[in-house]
Amino acid sequence: MLEDALNRLNLGPVSGLRRLSGGASQETWAFEAGGKPLILRRKPEGLAGSGNAIGLAKEAALIRAAEKQGAPVPPIVHVCTFEDGLGEAYVMGRVEGEALGRRIVRDDTFAAVRPTLARRCGEVLAQIHSIPLDGLPDLPISDAASELAKYEAIYRSVGDHRPIFEAAFRWLKDRAPPLDKPVLVHGDFRNGNLMIHPSQGLAAVLDWELAHLGDPAEDLAWICVNSWRFGGSQPVGGFGSYEDLLAGHGNDVPLDRVLYWQTLGSLKWGVMCLIMYAAYASGADASVERAMIGRRTSETEIDLIALLEKAA
Amino acid sequence: MITSPTSLELIDAVIGFIEQRAAPQLKDRDAFLAHVAVNALAAVRREIELGPQAEAAATQRLRDLLGHEGDFSELNAELCDRLAAGELTLKDPAVLAHLKASIVDQVEIDQPNYSGLKALGG
Repeated sequence: MLEDALNRLNLGPVSGLRRLSGGASQETWAFEAGGKPLILRRKPEGLAGSGNAIGLAKEAALIRAAEKQGAPVPPIVHVCTFEDGLGEAYVMGRVEGEALGRRIVRDDTFAAVRPTLARRCGEVLAQIHSIPLDGLPDLPISDAASELAKYEAIYRSVGDHRPIFEAAFRWLKDRAPPLDKPVLVHGDFRNGNLMIHPSQGLAAVLDWELAHLGDPAEDLAWICVNSWRFGGSQPVGGFGSYEDLLAGHGNDVPLDRVLYWQTLGSLKWGVMCLIMYAAYASGADASVERAMIGRRTSETEIDLIALLEKAA
Repeated sequence: MITSPTSLELIDAVIGFIEQRAAPQLKDRDAFLAHVAVNALAAVRREIELGPQAEAAATQRLRDLLGHEGDFSELNAELCDRLAAGELTLKDPAVLAHLKASIVDQVEIDQPNYSGLKALGG
């Protein structure tokens, strides 16, 4: 049925349709049509959008805007309408490369390109952050204070007593920087959402569903959160230095501000682990993966203590 | 208490069964979930071994820090309230030392190979 609907898009005869794993809030399907490797990204039927996701039509519009700015993104081939019978969905070109952080950080295949990645990430984020805001679809806007309020409310609703989270919320709230000039923030720029090619480096920035208007330091910091380093010793995604990342961005964001947002990022990921565990505790998702992710909360607490001690 | 087999022996037996018998027959997501299941059992194993001592030490540190008696969950909740209110901060060396020691013990149970554990000297 899905294949019939794809055939009606006039992209050429569809073959090799298969569901890819990963992507909890969106379905991802790979297929070939007209000799081209393609991806269908689609909202699962009957599932309400996740709280922060902007919706797939907006996502496609942002990818096109990023492409216009020169950022590496998958080419958008078709944005589905109601008549296509695929629900909320779009089709994009399939970009060659690897997104799994563990491989990018450790495999010999990426040894040559690894030293260039941090600077390249800074350059690409600078392109994203310079996308003109007029002409973009309506997006939520958030600064450090509103992010903290959102995640503190979630943490309080869970009812845990985690002293390191308490100290971190307090410390971050006391120092929340004002949002001087909002830019387009990708919102999930990290290992896992970056397609890395063994010789060309950063080939595509994926998963735009958490995009919003906000502080450029938020994007620069999220890829530095220890949970995305996959055991790599370097701060930027396990593969590069702060100096390279910030130089790539044009040295226009101070390291202090990145470290502030990195601390907020660790706290946010810690609360997200609690949310994912809550899906197990409520009976909504009985998988051992959901149960066990609750035990990843402590990794963010140990990172928070290290960051807060250094900042003091 | 029944000690033959011990709870640790039972966990080891189940881990062995999953790793040697069950996992090789699984594919894709189920193979991944088998790996997560082994990690979960290994964490339970470490909690049985290390948890009681870690909680006793944390409770003693909290009594010293807050200056009164109480069980772990009462004292920990009080610490949380006072940190949230800003009455206690990490600038207090005793607070910092307690939080570091507690989280090192917890990560030793949850993820002993986590890079952040080595960074904090655990």
